[in-house]
Amino acid sequence: MHNIYLYILVMTVTVYLIRVLPLTLVRKIIRNRFLRSFLYYVPYVTLAVMSFPAMIDATIHPYSGIIAFLVGLIASYKDLGLFKVTVLCCITVLVMEYLFAAIR
Amino acid sequence: MNGFRTGLKHAIPIGLGYFAVAFSLGIIASNAGITAFQGFLTSLLVNASAGENAAFIAIKENASYLQMILIMIVSNIRYVLMSFALSQKMDPRMPLIHRLVLGFFLTDEYFALEIAQDGYVDPVYMYGAICFASPCWALGTAFGILMGNVLPLNIVSALSVALYGMFMAIFVPACKKNRIITLLVLLSFACSFLLSRFTSLSESHITIVLTLLIASLGAIIAPVEDEDA
Repeated sequence: MHNIYLYILVMTVTVYLIRVLPLTLVRKIIRNRFLRSFLYYVPYVTLAVMSFPAMIDATIHPYSGIIAFLVGLIASYKDLGLFKVTVLCCITVLVMEYLFAAIR
Repeated sequence: MNGFRTGLKHAIPIGLGYFAVAFSLGIIASNAGITAFQGFLTSLLVNASAGENAAFIAIKENASYLQMILIMIVSNIRYVLMSFALSQKMDPRMPLIHRLVLGFFLTDEYFALEIAQDGYVDPVYMYGAICFASPCWALGTAFGILMGNVLPLNIVSALSVALYGMFMAIFVPACKKNRIITLLVLLSFACSFLLSRFTSLSESHITIVLTLLIASLGAIIAPVEDEDA
């Protein structure tokens, strides 16, 4: 049997090194054009990949996730901002899950 | 409004989402025999949803410490890319201590807040966000362990989309300004869907593979000018 606190220590140190090394070792602005362009696109691609289809897999009924996804896309397109978009998505799922429960 | 308070406010959706995700994580942790305090401590120190999920399962299976290290590397390797990208959003003249602290709190959600800012990251703004959302993450885990089955399932379901709503609020407005980003985002959706449905790759591996491929494609077909990046 292993010690749970030693497990937590191992996890903490490993994850911290992964996160902090590039951030502290690369302290200068990168001049290479390909690298700069690549790093410019990384955040948008990462966020898009993480959002879909994960969002429709997160809800009890996939359809509530799909509709919340569409609501989120439209609300963000209209520049409603982080908070309003998020709340709208949550409310959409809540309403849809109630409807699905009622239908069944 | 000062940076700290703006950060607090912007972290409300993150905190809600964190609480929900951590709550379901707590249910997994309690199955591995982890106490509420141990779960609280883990979430406070590790700050990783997929990583903690894999770790709790490993603890349940009595994995070795070496296995634990490998599991943490595999499930968190995407943070290397984010950390690299974030290094370019930090003022080179900023004291090192801020990088050490913000690195500790580099999660998908904080990363999203950081790249949404114009120009360099304001550490004080991030500390505001962290002060609100990180306790939600740790407390959510503890509550999940203590009372996993109390919160109604549809509430948990609704809260669990909060994070994705926040992500969309960041990358969709960027699409309006830049056609190439629109193209890359649509390609990301399609590839992510195909890989998740037709391969056995885990979510974090899909994130790494597609980020490398699609962001490289963007850099090849549309390299940015100096003022863009």
